[in-house]
Amino acid sequence: MFRFILKRLALLFPTVFGVVTLVFFMIALTPGDPARVMLGERASEKQLTELRQQLGLDKPLAQQYGLYLKRIVKLDFGRSIRSGQKVADDIRTYFPATIELTIFAMIIASLLGIWIGVLSATHKNTWIDVGSMMGALVGVSMPIFWLALVMIMIFSVGLDLFPTGSRMNVRFFFQPHTNFYLIDTFPYLFKGHPEYFLSALHHLVLPSVCLATIPLAIIARTTRSSLLEVLKQDYIKTVRSAGVKERRVIFRYALRNALLPVITVIGLQFGYLLSGAVLTETIFAWPGIGKWLYTAIQARDYPAVQGGIIVISTSFILINLLVDLLYSLINPKIRLS
Amino acid sequence: MSSAAAKETAKALPKDHPLAELFYQIRHNRSASIGLFIILFFILVALLDPLIAPHDPITQDISMRKTAPLTAGYVLGSDDLGRDILSRIIYGSRISMLIGVVAVGIAILFGSLIGIVSAYYGGVVDTVIMRLIDIMLAFPFIILTIIIVSIMGPSLFNAMVAIGISQVPQYARLVRASVLAEKENDYVTAERSLGTGDLELMFRSILPNCLAPVSVQATLGIGSAILESAALSFLGLGAQPPTPEWGLMISDGKEFITNAWWIVTMPGIATLLAVLGFNLLGDGLRDILDPRLKD
Amino acid sequence: MKKALMLLLVLLMGGSFLFASGDKESNDKASSSKEGGVLVFARSNDAVGLDPGTEDDGESFYPIRHIYEGLVAFKPGTTEPEPRLAESWEVSADGLTYTFHLRSGVKFTDGTPMNADAVVYSFERQFKEDHPAYDQGPWKYWGYMSMSDIVDSVVALDDMTVQMNLQKVEAPLLNNLSMEFAVIVSPTASAKYGDDFKNNPVGTGPYKMVSWTKGDSIVLEKNADYWGENIFLDRIIFKVIPDATARWLALQKGEVDIIDLPSPEDLDAIRADANVDLVSGAGLNVGYLAMNTAKKPFDNKLVRQAINYAINKDDIIKGVYGDSGQAAKNPIPPTMWGYNDDIVPYEYNPAKARELLAKAGYPNGFSTTLWAMPVVRPYNPNAKKMAEVMQEQLKAVGITAEIVSYEWGTYLDKTDNGEHDMALLGWGGDNGDPDNFLWVLLSEPAAIPPAGNIAFWKNAEFTALCKEAKETADLATRAELYKKAQVIFHEECPWVPVAHSTDYVAMKKNVKGFVMSPLARREFYHCYLED
Repeated sequence: MFRFILKRLALLFPTVFGVVTLVFFMIALTPGDPARVMLGERASEKQLTELRQQLGLDKPLAQQYGLYLKRIVKLDFGRSIRSGQKVADDIRTYFPATIELTIFAMIIASLLGIWIGVLSATHKNTWIDVGSMMGALVGVSMPIFWLALVMIMIFSVGLDLFPTGSRMNVRFFFQPHTNFYLIDTFPYLFKGHPEYFLSALHHLVLPSVCLATIPLAIIARTTRSSLLEVLKQDYIKTVRSAGVKERRVIFRYALRNALLPVITVIGLQFGYLLSGAVLTETIFAWPGIGKWLYTAIQARDYPAVQGGIIVISTSFILINLLVDLLYSLINPKIRLS
Repeated sequence: MSSAAAKETAKALPKDHPLAELFYQIRHNRSASIGLFIILFFILVALLDPLIAPHDPITQDISMRKTAPLTAGYVLGSDDLGRDILSRIIYGSRISMLIGVVAVGIAILFGSLIGIVSAYYGGVVDTVIMRLIDIMLAFPFIILTIIIVSIMGPSLFNAMVAIGISQVPQYARLVRASVLAEKENDYVTAERSLGTGDLELMFRSILPNCLAPVSVQATLGIGSAILESAALSFLGLGAQPPTPEWGLMISDGKEFITNAWWIVTMPGIATLLAVLGFNLLGDGLRDILDPRLKD
Repeated sequence: MKKALMLLLVLLMGGSFLFASGDKESNDKASSSKEGGVLVFARSNDAVGLDPGTEDDGESFYPIRHIYEGLVAFKPGTTEPEPRLAESWEVSADGLTYTFHLRSGVKFTDGTPMNADAVVYSFERQFKEDHPAYDQGPWKYWGYMSMSDIVDSVVALDDMTVQMNLQKVEAPLLNNLSMEFAVIVSPTASAKYGDDFKNNPVGTGPYKMVSWTKGDSIVLEKNADYWGENIFLDRIIFKVIPDATARWLALQKGEVDIIDLPSPEDLDAIRADANVDLVSGAGLNVGYLAMNTAKKPFDNKLVRQAINYAINKDDIIKGVYGDSGQAAKNPIPPTMWGYNDDIVPYEYNPAKARELLAKAGYPNGFSTTLWAMPVVRPYNPNAKKMAEVMQEQLKAVGITAEIVSYEWGTYLDKTDNGEHDMALLGWGGDNGDPDNFLWVLLSEPAAIPPAGNIAFWKNAEFTALCKEAKETADLATRAELYKKAQVIFHEECPWVPVAHSTDYVAMKKNVKGFVMSPLARREFYHCYLED
């Protein structure tokens, strides 16, 4: 087991190095000049030259790459061209917002998805099954950004149930520490300000439901087919013939094994959402990393783009690793392959 | 999915009419037939667009801006420049179908090439290629497309290429896996001992037998390519105005959600339906071609 | 499983509803006086930085104006300079020396005194290359206003007197000094924070920054030691809500008190709302279509005139600006002195346009490109849409225009170097002087790449008039010169001047004391909340 983990960890480095290099050269290929974007309509040639020098953009590419690698090895992502903030600080502000949103979305997707999947499998070929699977297929086919707008139209504009965007009521004077608002506001529940926590929760609902749509559909489909597969197996037949109640058969014996592939799917989807939330974040004015990264690309803010992508990719790889490890813990056979 | 299973199916088909047999099976598979029906509908609309569109999709009539659906001859209403939304959706279907096919075409072309080379030669070649694919897969997908479009400049064609490139890894892996399985078959060893060349063996003998899983993936892939191109256009990185592209239409309408709901709603429904069609067909095809997954 | 699910749903729904009322929480004002309260201002973008010398965007300037003050400042609602940190000043007879007498007893919010050294520091860091803080640049606006060609030195005569020596007469100098880049910063704080000063601003203004969540909100708190009077609010929150419609919804729901730039599409609904006031002001800006006169066929005046006749500005304003635009006929906005109202604009007349094209040798029109900016600017809320409308109108007179767009930086680069045929662009006034439009955008020197004059229009007569006006002190004479220049511009028409956008702000009825600035600033100095 230990060797397996070590081997997987060792394999991590070339991939991360590849991502780091790919990011650099893709960005070097991108036309557009950050100095120009910063200075806008009024820039003079002298100002532009000075700024390029200051940013090190006048050096040869190989030298820039060398300096870049040296920085990255020291885990120094540099300063954002646009904001002058340390990129690491920016990431610390924006990434938690995305992670919070994603976790919340994945909780909704997993609970509902597994429930629907089980319901479908146990009611195979009834209208419940057909309806749910049709619904799941609609979910997978959903243009998320459109769904987000429609949800705002219905639930914010029409019914006035939820806010149109952002993370919390602006009037609350509240200083975040971790930038996970649910964690930051939790202590206030007991300090006479429950409205902080509730506000954060209230603002999470629409964007996370929106973001949950596709994973929910995929999880429901996977659960259903995996459970059906397991239910065909001999040991289930044995348990059934022993007269165990059907509920117990499903939840005690079948579901546990059926959830193995579902865990993989959940892990993968979680990884996708970390960057895939960019559209949802844009529409709900959610100050997350996807939106931040997108703006950075638009502004040719090289250090920010590099830092952002490296962090997202590494998290993605780590999540995959974690899922694999979890999987092999539950099912030791996997280590052989 | 394994190609052995696909071959089993192939054996079950009458040798002279494999396509007819496939079509027969599609007709008897509920989701495949609904999917095919939706897709054929959109293709028909796309082909006949000038004949069936009630208005020109580009011509503006600012005095008729934001006309509600079913009034003044605008079945689905008009947008903020007084253009007929129904006509724009009709013309847009051609664009969306094209994007899907071209993007997936690019992905299949390069993906299969990479996959087959990797699997056929194995060893160091395989390791290196698969490492590179891993790196691409670790790269955040939508960010990858956004950067590719930023490099090439925003346009519909570049969006197609970007989406195509970002889908390459899926096909590379898929084809590699089926070629690996296929390579072990007796007929490959036999042909090789007869002195058949590498290229001929790869593309004439092995590749056609891997097409079943690729066709399933491609059908699903067209759906997701349509979704992604709509997303890119929504961000202003895909089709440029006044192109009647669905994602661009949704983006145009987001300003009007408080006072003209139809501008955003209609093109979204069209996108959803078209993608649903491809997903239904893809699902059905998977059931047909890989009976193991049938419950 | 079901239980967990139910729990989640209950938590979600319960929490949400409990809270839906909590969201509409009222301001926590202590008494019925003007004192106190929190003002939430929703705007489209966050500030980039809060160092007044290095920033050039309006969104950064909004909070900067509350944190810092200059020697002089524009009188609220005007572009006239009035005393602020300088109580008075004298100008030498040759116009080359300005002596400022500073207000005594003013302190920065870090407790250090505001004195002549601080004033010298604030200016010198922007142009003396050996100044320790010079490297914190680029000092964008100092460069944009060519201040290095105007200012020779800034000297402290004594603790409370500063002298500014000029290299040449600059009629609009006090206007320039009223701008954000010329405010006085705390030298102590600037030295202490270095590059991070833009995140830790320290000035003498009525408010100080207490927190900044990037991309989300900036919170300012009342400066208890402020020297001036009539500052009422406890806190001002600058909240970012990028989407215009979302801002309006937030105002409707009472989540915010004032919103910036409402969507033109929502103006009717805003006017109809009894709880909301809509305040407007003519914007000091112009959005235009520049024709590249260095390229065929735009070197031909008749073609340029034809295009002016072919463009239907009314349709553009209806389709793109909504209610928030006013058709332009001159390159400067009508609220600016020197505006020539006698000019008769080219009417919309496609027949005449076709006739002129035929006369110019293009009876069947021609093909060209029409460039559209990828970004929203105050002078043009949607350039791509504007290009779409123009494309249709040009088609009607036989001109086929392909819409071209690039990423913003590239767009500016390419247009500055004259790669375009026709391009949309615009300008927002910095200091209220016509020179800031006509010289920068249309003079001969501005047509050298990288050009501000992207029509590359070189007219010796026009340039001579503007140059003369630049070096004349008398306002009436200057106005006459600018009016003459506009006649030449109209006849030669290197642009289609499209529109001046109107500046809108919507606020709850209980917000009082807000004065609209012609320079599209947002100042809440003397705002208060009525019960």
